[in-house]
Amino acid sequence: MSIPRFIFGVLALIAVLTCAGAGAVWAAPVTLTIESWRNDDLAIWQEKIIPAFEKTHPDIIVKFEPTAPTEYNAALNSKLDAGTAGDLITCRPFDASLQLFQKGRLVPLNGLKGMGNFSSVARTAWTTDDGKTTFCVPMAAVIHGFIYNKDAFDKLGLKPPATVPEFFALLEKIKADGTYVPLALGTKEGWETASMGYQNIGPTYYKGETGRLALIHGKAKLTDPQWVEPFAVLAKWRPYLGDGFEAQSYADSQNLFTLGRAAIYPAGSWEISGFRKQATFALGAFAPPVQKAGDTCYISDHPDIALGLNAKSPHPAQAKAFLEWVASPEFAKLYANALPGFFSLQRAPVALSDPLALQFASWRGTCKSTIRPTYQILSRGTPNLENMFWVEGSNVINGTDAPAVAAAKLQKGLDSWYKPAK
Amino acid sequence: MTRVPPRTRRNRTHIVVFLAPAVLIYTAVMIVPLFETLRLSLFTTSGNHFVWNGVANFGVLFFDERQSLGFWNALRNNVYFFVIQMLQNPIGIGLAALLALPRLRAGAFYRTAIFLPTLLSFVIVGFGWKLILSPLWGVAPSLLGAVGLKGLFAPYLGRESSALTTLGFISVWQYVGVPMMLAYAALISIPDEIIDAAEVDGVVGIAQFFRVKLPLIWPTIGMISILTFVGNFNAFDLVYVTQGALGAPNYSTDILGTLLYRTFFGYQLQLGDPNMGATVATMMFLIILAGVCVYLFAVQRKISRYQF
Repeated sequence: MSIPRFIFGVLALIAVLTCAGAGAVWAAPVTLTIESWRNDDLAIWQEKIIPAFEKTHPDIIVKFEPTAPTEYNAALNSKLDAGTAGDLITCRPFDASLQLFQKGRLVPLNGLKGMGNFSSVARTAWTTDDGKTTFCVPMAAVIHGFIYNKDAFDKLGLKPPATVPEFFALLEKIKADGTYVPLALGTKEGWETASMGYQNIGPTYYKGETGRLALIHGKAKLTDPQWVEPFAVLAKWRPYLGDGFEAQSYADSQNLFTLGRAAIYPAGSWEISGFRKQATFALGAFAPPVQKAGDTCYISDHPDIALGLNAKSPHPAQAKAFLEWVASPEFAKLYANALPGFFSLQRAPVALSDPLALQFASWRGTCKSTIRPTYQILSRGTPNLENMFWVEGSNVINGTDAPAVAAAKLQKGLDSWYKPAK
Repeated sequence: MTRVPPRTRRNRTHIVVFLAPAVLIYTAVMIVPLFETLRLSLFTTSGNHFVWNGVANFGVLFFDERQSLGFWNALRNNVYFFVIQMLQNPIGIGLAALLALPRLRAGAFYRTAIFLPTLLSFVIVGFGWKLILSPLWGVAPSLLGAVGLKGLFAPYLGRESSALTTLGFISVWQYVGVPMMLAYAALISIPDEIIDAAEVDGVVGIAQFFRVKLPLIWPTIGMISILTFVGNFNAFDLVYVTQGALGAPNYSTDILGTLLYRTFFGYQLQLGDPNMGATVATMMFLIILAGVCVYLFAVQRKISRYQF
């Protein structure tokens, strides 16, 4: 074998190997990791949602890696700082995600195919204050209301209430009967009293978006009657809560209701799939009662969850492909039915199969929707308004603070850092 | 005649080699982060940059009502928690004195049983006690009911007036084994001759414990106390597990550890502030440092030690 032929052979071999290598790299599937706080939904992502995507994208493998909800924000921030966070980031609504975007952790997604499926209102929670840049693909909103034990209502001959006086008459009847705890709510964690309590019944009093925007623009104060009244109503809930409600946690309340020991659960629609699995009785739902018959009803219809792209992701093209799929009607249908109670934010209506979820969704037609009052802009400073609502909501129900005192504390806290743009 | 051999310059590299692992690891995981924290507390964040801020963060922490209310409240709670926690020392020493009695039966069993909770994870302890004390599913209401004391039960962890005290007792229950074991070890190492001499002099029973044994174990007690102090001002886990990071109800169980967690990492809608968080951490460090110094320079020197 002459030397030139030998060299040629080696070169040919290298060429072949290089091509094969390139081919192998091209064919190797890319793995995308999703950061999320929805550890309750792990099975649904693994069994229903991800396989549906992988079927059409054989070159991409998706892994869903959730953290506990209360630890998510802290864990995510640390991971992003260290550069070890996943490719796709589940976005909390409003300021937490906005801060991530401003720090350059999330990529702007304005040009993403399918973004047109969302109205600007649906995108508000993940859009900059000037309304120009959207940085997460909206996935779902949740609606507040009350879930009740239908069997218990039938046994006691009760009907869901429409007005606040009816609501209290109903609670009184359940209490007089004594079989059931009227309301499954604990004040221990604060989160329940703020979300399931104040932000559930509040919009009826402060007139939803009108009241919320008035607060942001400095035209209303938390000490105004329409903001104090919900606290006064919450204080009246106290006699109808279970024994030792001061030490009752969120999980305790859920169990109290699903074990059939409580009649009414002040809820959010995200509970539906969990309750379907746990409860052995028929479930019903009613919207927050209005003050007097004929009043417009208001519901908290809160954009809660979205998906964004980590700026440091090594596979932005594949991650965008996933996000485009998330923005598609196909995903909306799959997600809303796999997780009843998480309602799609897309323009096109999604057919729902769960009757309870349908009932929650039906209020969108009859009531006016608003988002939780503390989430946009008003929780950017210290002291944090949302956290103060947790503490003061519990204080009011525990009787530690009178409604007016609680409201004064909230307004004082807000005034200390928030100057509404005039 | 003995001749002292001339001092030779021996190879001392082994000293460096043996010290290196500990020094390097300790520096990397303790000393550098500590100084980094101190440094961080002197800066503030502006956009994506840290800007020199002097001691302004401390001013905010002490005097600006937005931060200071939480800080002083947490500090007060921490001191109260420490006072409750110190109960574990007399109880532990008392238990050790009982265990050290020569005629005690099943001493090994008691020793193990009392020490066991110390080995449990605080998560198990926290959740366990939360369940025991739960007004819904707990055994505490029914147990109290069985002896006719149901009226004494209240949702202890849910009331502002009792939550922190309850946590203090849970912590005492968990850690009482540590002072007990240390005091027990000190007690059984007292030579029999001293005890015999005391008995010959007519010092027996309770008087013997207070006048002979207790003075001999003072150094151990001092050490236990300072360990309790350090552990206490670093505490976070038990409160976080049982009451959440907000120190529910109404911040009544909020201690410096939970305040630091909320400030540094953020909580729910509250965004994290690394500089303010580092300021809280620095204060915790300084408080512990001051406590340890007081102990080292004021207390420890007054304790007389006896060599047997």
